[in-house]
Amino acid sequence: MSDVITNSIRAILREHGRLAVDASALAEDSNLYDAGLTSHASVTLMLALEERFDIEFPERMLRRGAFASIAAIRSGVGELIGAGT
Amino acid sequence: MTVLAVATGTVEAARRIAEGVAGPAADAVDREARFPHEAIAALREEGLLAAFVPRALGGLGATIGELAASCEVLGRACASTAMIYAMHQIEVVCLVRHALSSPFFRDYLAELSRREWLIASATSEIGVGGDLRRSICAVERVGSRVRITKRAPVISYGEEADDILLTARRAPDAAAADQVLVLARKGDIRLTPAGEWNTLGMRGTRSLGFSLEADASVEQVLPVPFADVACQTMLPASHVLWTSLWLGLASDAVGRARAFVRAEARRTPGTTPPGALRLAEAVAALGTMAATVHGGLADFERQQDDPEALAGLGFAIRMNNLKTSAASMAPEIVARALGVCGISGYRNDSPYAVGRHLRDAHGAALMISNDRVLSANAAMLLIHKSD
Repeated sequence: MSDVITNSIRAILREHGRLAVDASALAEDSNLYDAGLTSHASVTLMLALEERFDIEFPERMLRRGAFASIAAIRSGVGELIGAGT
Repeated sequence: MTVLAVATGTVEAARRIAEGVAGPAADAVDREARFPHEAIAALREEGLLAAFVPRALGGLGATIGELAASCEVLGRACASTAMIYAMHQIEVVCLVRHALSSPFFRDYLAELSRREWLIASATSEIGVGGDLRRSICAVERVGSRVRITKRAPVISYGEEADDILLTARRAPDAAAADQVLVLARKGDIRLTPAGEWNTLGMRGTRSLGFSLEADASVEQVLPVPFADVACQTMLPASHVLWTSLWLGLASDAVGRARAFVRAEARRTPGTTPPGALRLAEAVAALGTMAATVHGGLADFERQQDDPEALAGLGFAIRMNNLKTSAASMAPEIVARALGVCGISGYRNDSPYAVGRHLRDAHGAALMISNDRVLSANAAMLLIHKSD
């Protein structure tokens, strides 16, 4: 399940993250902002994640840190999917 | 909160300089599009360039509220002087709030308190489309030195500043948004001006474009990422101080309209002059603007020690709203004042002249375009839930 989520996150990052590097090659704890994620692209990324996983990020998760790495995103998404079931 | 409520020593000194020095020179500064030397010299003499530096380092230990009130009183007298003061203080506030862990910056701020250095800002860059949070130029490290070459579309009072705080990518291979701040000292910088500064208003800020080459010591790079400094300090401090000076500018225009209506009323006792109704509207609009600006200041003061709240979308959206609202209100209120004063306000040689105010006020929505700020809010509102 975790791998499925991670792969989806990578796919969404490739499509919407506008990173300077290939999202498939990123380590899970690589800093996405260092990889070129802008605040504008992070908004698009969040919207795409919400649509893909049918979740809504609460205000407390709308922080730079929550979207700083693939691992951080997976932990946030996992929490919200868990909360919804 | 009104200016009077925080009329401390710092604010009182700013008011004396505003009334005694900046105001009398304002028309000449505007006409000649020159730096307000006399007002900045007076601010230096009173130690006001180090107003926000903590007392332990030799500064006046002023609060954000006192800086805002100072900008407001200066804005009543000369918007260019007030803008230069505001921009300098924004840089100082960033250093005090984010760089005190560094011995170099502690020493620098202590020295700034003795020498009253003036800091300019080079955050914008040709090619990034006005986006503060992206840089093209990068810090290139050579041993213990760093080199930066930047094409800056504007550096306000760049010719007059002692030091320049600039943004650049952290390293040549860093992403556009992976930025740091570097304090380049006068001796570290080569500035080549590009073009002139001949504008509708804010003419005393001398905001020329430059190409800038800096060769500085590695310790002059701020120890924290610019991403944090921008959202926690630079953006809110900018919006609070700029809107405060625009409020001062609008207040002075309305003050002139009040004086005009009073003079009319004295000439025709028993009848209310025709402009009195328009004046009542202008005073109401000014009250709304004052509530917006003072509310924004109180918001920043309330959150200033909470980095999480400052980094939140809700706070960023509110600060952006503060900027766009006040920037639209200022020229609207000055135009109302012009309507009250009529031809006397339209003339440049009358005590009720508000032409300079109107031209300066139109800069508010353009210097960092309101549309850009609103677009940022439009994007954030797509994901922001509530407060």
